[in-house]
Amino acid sequence: MDSSAWFSLRLSLQVASLATIMTVLVGVALAYLLALKNFRGKELLDMFFTLPLVLPPTVTGFFLIVIFGRNGFLGRPLYSLTGWSVMFTWQAAVLASFVVALPLMIKTARAALESVDRNLINASYTLGHSQWETALRVILPLAKKGIIAGAVLSFARAMGEFGATLMLAGNIPGRTDTMPIAIYSMASSGEWSRSWVMVAFFTAASGVFLYVANLFSRRTI
Amino acid sequence: MGISFSARKRLNGFTLDASWKIGNELAVIFGYSGAGKSMTLQMIAGLLAPDEGNIVLGENVLFDSGLNVDTRPQKRSIGYVFQDLALFPHMTAGENICYGGHGIDKVEQKKRCLELLRMFRIAGLEDRLPSQLSGGQKQRVALARALIRRPDALLLDEPFSALDMHIRFEMRGILKEIQQTFKIPVLLITHDADEALALADRMIVYAEGRVVQAGSPEEIFLSPLCSEVLTLSRFTGNVQPAVSCTGSELCGTAT
Repeated sequence: MDSSAWFSLRLSLQVASLATIMTVLVGVALAYLLALKNFRGKELLDMFFTLPLVLPPTVTGFFLIVIFGRNGFLGRPLYSLTGWSVMFTWQAAVLASFVVALPLMIKTARAALESVDRNLINASYTLGHSQWETALRVILPLAKKGIIAGAVLSFARAMGEFGATLMLAGNIPGRTDTMPIAIYSMASSGEWSRSWVMVAFFTAASGVFLYVANLFSRRTI
Repeated sequence: MGISFSARKRLNGFTLDASWKIGNELAVIFGYSGAGKSMTLQMIAGLLAPDEGNIVLGENVLFDSGLNVDTRPQKRSIGYVFQDLALFPHMTAGENICYGGHGIDKVEQKKRCLELLRMFRIAGLEDRLPSQLSGGQKQRVALARALIRRPDALLLDEPFSALDMHIRFEMRGILKEIQQTFKIPVLLITHDADEALALADRMIVYAEGRVVQAGSPEEIFLSPLCSEVLTLSRFTGNVQPAVSCTGSELCGTAT
C-alpha cells in the first residue's frame, strides 16, 4: 500500500470510529424510547430513522445537503455564524456515515431492549430503583450483547459508506477520499492493481466484522 | 400495621371490583387463575393503577382516586416476590440481595445480607449466579432480596407453584418464620387449597374479579358461603350450598 492508500485507510477508520460512537449514543437512546416508552408517533419516529436503510444513498445524501449544505436550513445559519460549512470536509463523511449506520443500531438495540423481561424491570422498581438506575443497572446490561452487535454492524456500515459520503464530502484526494471512494477513483481510472489491495483488505475486514457481530447477537443468558 | 384494599379496574374486558382488609397476619388470596389475584398484588405494589378506589398500608395512603394520590412503586415500602421470581440473571445471589437494599449504606447492606443468608440457610451461595441455583435456593434469594429493605408488607405471587412437594413444605415454614420475625402483613396468592389451609391466618377467596368470601380457613372450608367457594376448596363435607356467589350480592361485600 502506498501513502495515499494509507491515508484512505486511516481516514476511513477515523470516520467510522467517530460515526460509531455517535451512533451508539444516539441509537441506544432512541432504541430505549422506542422499546420501553409509549407515546404518539412512535412508529413514525422509527420509520423516519429507518429510512436511510432503504433509501438509495444518493437520496439520503441529497437530503443531508438540503439540511446541512451552505444554503441548507441548518447549514446556512451555521455558516453565517461561524463561516464554516460541513460540506466537502471529512466531518461530512462522519455525518453521512452516522445517518446511514443509525438504523442498524436502532433496529438491533430495540430488539435487544424489548427482549428484556418486563418483570425484571418491575422488580427493580419495587426494590426502590428509579427508571434511570433501572436502565443503567438492569436493562442496558441485559441488552448489552445486542447493543455490541449493533455497534459492530454500524462500524462495518460506516467503513463502507459511499453514496451519501460522495455527495456530502466529495472526492478530494488527501482530504475526503475514504477507502470506498478511493477504490472508486482508482477503478475508474484503470489502476486495478492498487484497487486490489484495498478491495482485499475490505473484504477480509468485513468478514471479520460479520463474524464478531454474529458472535454477540447470539444470546447466551 | 395492615392493608386495606378497595379497587375497581377494567382491563381488556375483565373487571376487578374487590375490597378487603387484613391485619398484621399471613393472609392468602385464594382462587382460580384469571380471578384477578395477581392484578390485586400489582395494584398494591404500584405497578398497575386502579380506575378508582383506595389502598392503604398502615398509616400510608398508597393510592386514592378521590385524593389523587398514586405513590410510585419505588416509594412504597413493599417487598414483592414475583411468580417467576424475577432474579436478575446478570447478578450473583449476593448482588441480587444487595440490589434490594437501595438507600441503605454499603456496610449495613452487607450486614443485613449476611443475616438474611443465614436466616434462609443459603450462606455460602452468595457468589453464584441465579442459573447456578436450585429452585428452592432461588426462592430464598428472592425472599431475601424483597426483605433486605425491611418493607412494611410482603407480597408473594404464587412463588411456590413450581417447586417439589418437600421444598414447598420447607418454604411454608420459612414464610411463617418471616411473618413472626418481621411482624408485617404477608399476602400470598395461591390456587392450592392445601397451601392455603396450611398457611393462612386469614383467607380471601376471589372469583371472577370479586371477593366471594373472606375469613379464617376454618370458616372458608367448613362453611363455604356459595358453590364457587365449595368447588375451590374441594371440601366434600356435609355443607352443600347451592347458591352462586357471582351474580348475587351475597358475598360481594365480604371484608
